[in-house]
Amino acid sequence: MMLRSIAAAAVIAVVLTGCSRQANESAKVKATDQRKLAPDFTLKDENGATLRLADYRGKVVLLNFWATWCGPCQIEIPWFMSFENQYKNRDFAVLGVSMDDDGWKSVKPFIEKKKLNYRVAIGTEEISTLYGGLDSLPTTFILDRQGRIAATHVGLVSKSEYQDDIVKLLNAKEGISVQKNASIDSGIRGVSLLHAPGRAN
Amino acid sequence: MDVKVTFQLRPGYHCNSNTPSEDYLIPLTLTWAPGPLESPQVAYPKAHMEKYTFSETPLSVYTGDFEIATKFKVAASANPGTAFVSGKLRYQACNDRMCLPPKTMDVSLPVEIVK
Repeated sequence: MMLRSIAAAAVIAVVLTGCSRQANESAKVKATDQRKLAPDFTLKDENGATLRLADYRGKVVLLNFWATWCGPCQIEIPWFMSFENQYKNRDFAVLGVSMDDDGWKSVKPFIEKKKLNYRVAIGTEEISTLYGGLDSLPTTFILDRQGRIAATHVGLVSKSEYQDDIVKLLNAKEGISVQKNASIDSGIRGVSLLHAPGRAN
Repeated sequence: MDVKVTFQLRPGYHCNSNTPSEDYLIPLTLTWAPGPLESPQVAYPKAHMEKYTFSETPLSVYTGDFEIATKFKVAASANPGTAFVSGKLRYQACNDRMCLPPKTMDVSLPVEIVK
């Protein structure tokens, strides 16, 4: 029996379908009136504890979507660990959401090997859709204290770019009402007047 | 019977070869479903080693156009006429700053079996 292929050689274009975002799209920290609320989600972390994004209101959050098979992602992870150490006492947190298809099977050994110091959860298709499809990894969102997306980084960027965003948001005075500011300022002015150097009691 | 399939990657992107240089990388694989052709022997092209900004060591990758050949035997039960050989290509591609999710694409080739 003979075999003849009508198309013994076929050319298949491995087209990277979809609209993968350009690297570092929308990187600059947005003005407060242009920030949208980050979609809430509830997952389980590496210890089986509930991880709910809304619980992090009041903190600046670096929300990183990554995968163990992603080389650029692995470059950033040590930076995120240093941010977690450096800023955790300033109401800051790093959250990692892995998009590994085989979930904890790949991710838990990775966490242990790299000694990750921040919470990690396994992402879902639903969360991917909520966050715009996550065409490429890493994709990192920097959230302000109100849970709004202040900056988005798609692809590998420099450590200093992340750090600039984080510091800007940590130093921001947003979220503190004018009323509260006035009472604090009055209190400080009152103390200064009573205890100003050189002033007679 | 040799079947050759040429794949084309977009400029700037690479995919891991069938024998990637790190355990965590997803290899490229071409698999064929049972059908009128059997005993597929897949011959992957030679990969080249490329250094990227995100890797300390060069990676074993394919870029641009590359060809995968498969040698088949005709199944004894195959009937004369047009048939299709179906397979799946699994790959995962990156550029030097970001990675796309792993993909599995269908590959289907028409063949004509004559006595």
